Amino acid sequence: MLVALFFTACSTGDDNNGGGGNETDNFDRGAMLANWADNIIVPSFENFNAETEKLETIAKAFAESPGTTELEVLRTQYKVAYQEFQTVSMFQIGEAEQLNYRSFLNTYPANEENIESKISSGSYNLELPSSFAEQGFPALDYLLYGFGSAEETLEVLTSNENYIDYIVAVSERINSLTTQVTASWNGGYRDTFVNNTSSSSTGSVDRFTNDYVMYFEKILRSGKIGYPAGAFTGTPSPKNVEALYAGISKNLYLQAFDSFEDFYYGTHINGNTNGSSYFQYLKYIDDVTDSESLTGLIADQFAAIRTQSAELDSNLKSQVETDNTKMLGAFDELQKATVLLKVDMMQALSISVDYVDSDGD
Amino acid sequence: MRFSLSKYLKKNTEAAPLAVFRLFFGIMMFASIVRFWLNGWIEKLYIAPKFFFSYYGFEWVKPLGDFTYLLFIVCGISALMVAAGYKYRFAIVMFFLSFTYIELMDKTTYLNHYYFISILSFLMIFLPANVYFSVDAFRNPARSFQKIPRWCIDAIKLLLGIVYFYAGLAKINSDWLFRAMPLKIWLPSKYDLPFLGDLMQQEWVHYAFSWSGMLYDLFIPFLLLWKRTRFLAFIMVIVFHVLTRVLFPIGMFPYIMIVSALIFFNPGLHHRILERISSWFKIPKAGFDNSRLFQFSGFYKKLSLSVVSVFFIIQILFPWRYLLYPGELFWTEEGFRFSWRVMLIEKAGYAQFKVVDGKTGKRFYVDNSDFLTPFQEKQMSFQPDFILEYAQFLADHFEKDGHKNIEIYVDSYVALNGRKSAPYIDPEVNLLNFADSFEHKTFILPFDDEIKGL
Repeated sequence: MLVALFFTACSTGDDNNGGGGNETDNFDRGAMLANWADNIIVPSFENFNAETEKLETIAKAFAESPGTTELEVLRTQYKVAYQEFQTVSMFQIGEAEQLNYRSFLNTYPANEENIESKISSGSYNLELPSSFAEQGFPALDYLLYGFGSAEETLEVLTSNENYIDYIVAVSERINSLTTQVTASWNGGYRDTFVNNTSSSSTGSVDRFTNDYVMYFEKILRSGKIGYPAGAFTGTPSPKNVEALYAGISKNLYLQAFDSFEDFYYGTHINGNTNGSSYFQYLKYIDDVTDSESLTGLIADQFAAIRTQSAELDSNLKSQVETDNTKMLGAFDELQKATVLLKVDMMQALSISVDYVDSDGD
Repeated sequence: MRFSLSKYLKKNTEAAPLAVFRLFFGIMMFASIVRFWLNGWIEKLYIAPKFFFSYYGFEWVKPLGDFTYLLFIVCGISALMVAAGYKYRFAIVMFFLSFTYIELMDKTTYLNHYYFISILSFLMIFLPANVYFSVDAFRNPARSFQKIPRWCIDAIKLLLGIVYFYAGLAKINSDWLFRAMPLKIWLPSKYDLPFLGDLMQQEWVHYAFSWSGMLYDLFIPFLLLWKRTRFLAFIMVIVFHVLTRVLFPIGMFPYIMIVSALIFFNPGLHHRILERISSWFKIPKAGFDNSRLFQFSGFYKKLSLSVVSVFFIIQILFPWRYLLYPGELFWTEEGFRFSWRVMLIEKAGYAQFKVVDGKTGKRFYVDNSDFLTPFQEKQMSFQPDFILEYAQFLADHFEKDGHKNIEIYVDSYVALNGRKSAPYIDPEVNLLNFADSFEHKTFILPFDDEIKGL
């Protein structure tokens, strides 16, 4: 009956279609998820975890002998690790989601007052969600760069042993959270993620895509550019720049954008070849629906973002203070990409926005 | 003609089909309410949001805070009373009012199914659905009748027929038939269905579904009416709705439609159903089979017939109101709702609002997630009446925050049925210069393509 219904209607359909019906094979989402996990997400976390381990070791070495050399080594490692963090920040799924990983590692601006009061009291619990803004890289940024030159910084940090204890505690926490997330991917979660090929809103592709697009809109566009530029208040707010004191905000922004784009193309972390990805998925959909090339539009917009970023100062704080229109220009380019990702890409892949699980018509 | 109409109105039939309909309708409505509650949707849709989108003219209908739960309790209990036929008239009025109030609270959740339930329950207020196999009839034998005027059953058939037929008419357009949109977007994403997953990737399947869906909707009312095709048609109803249930997140609606279609059968079937139920629950069904004929008393007859007539005239005309608006209906959505345009378009949008101080030129963007749930933001982003109402809300909000000379602009993009996203609302227009009305919204940018058809 079912088949008969299809075929009677189908014959009508084909008459009016002018003979379409090109055979297409199902796109293998399991392979895409496996590429994501095995060639991008897991290696990214492993690389980052190596850096957080170093960070913890170096912080402890600094605690042993707090000299200028040791401080410089620690500062450098902080920058390296912060940069590497940008390659995993968008993977807020699974253990990272449960832990609120990104919020613990990178809520900025840091709450300097609370950090100071915790240090002076010497008692704190960094596991509380209320302490997001008192730890992670922004806290290190404040403690390592917020007091001026290396000598000035050392003077402050050695004035009360709690300072260095706090730096060690924050570094340990960054490392332990990262170890936990990495271990979960290397444990059972990789298979859970890859095997959940369901098309429902709880399937890995749906859930991850929501997170991925949300990351671009909220974390990359709003967080790194929009808030400092005052896009949402009308008043520029240089205090909201990432890595406020270390002044490496543009590098962090570009790293985050590179990682985001590489992920879109499914670029392997080790080896730089491209695997199964959004790009390929959209190409497949383009073929199925004979629609205009969305991949072309997205590629052009990514290029426009990169071109525009060349105009930005290496310290976005100075950019906001000297010529904020360029920051707003960056925001506008990111905005155009947001539309392509959130509207066109999600529609093409038929992914509903943020697990709205209510009924449809 | 007038003669035959009055003759028609004198025709009688068994009350059993209407009683079965009432029983199943009540039970399914109760189940729907319970399901809604258990899914946490009362909290999520009606309590958690900070702002609610109102229908034009119904701005006074708002969720009642925690009392919203009470509203659902009233609705659920009245559904059970309808099922039992206990204090039926009161129960169905309560059900209609509470259910309709719920639907009016936030148009974000608008679904054609809900509208269908609302108007069906309104129609049922004027039908004697409790004179047979009901608590009312059992307790008061004087109000117990085996037969009712035939039009009372035909009215429900007519409403079902309108829903299907208009849904079919709406599918006669070039996107649906010649681009297989939006099924071409939706079906491939069901790659993981057993057996069907790979089939859903085939282009011919998208066309087959589009065309058979259109033909099904157009012809199923007639196939159900005609005795020789009725059984086959009912099988088609089951297949069609089960298939939609498998493919789409469509809730209780498929079951409601399957059960509703039973009304097209001869009373013999309904008597068998009621006998089965009677034997399970030890209900003395024979007591209801008294051969008595229910007649509306003079005033009620006039009232019921005129309300039902006006009701159907509106139902038949209302879906055509879109013809009064310029522009592409699927793009502007002016006259889109309440017209059985079911599963017809895939639309997504993005709306970035800009608050401008008209004097100083100082401007900033709005973070929609500060005010709207993701679901509300999604629905708002491609429907002009939502955009307008939200702009007004933003103006009020920021005025309270101390902003002055507020103007609201929006950069918005909408993608329709697989077309690339295109600018939707004129970004140069201060939305506060417009009030919502039934007039054409001139700030909607033209659709740069053409969709032919009804």
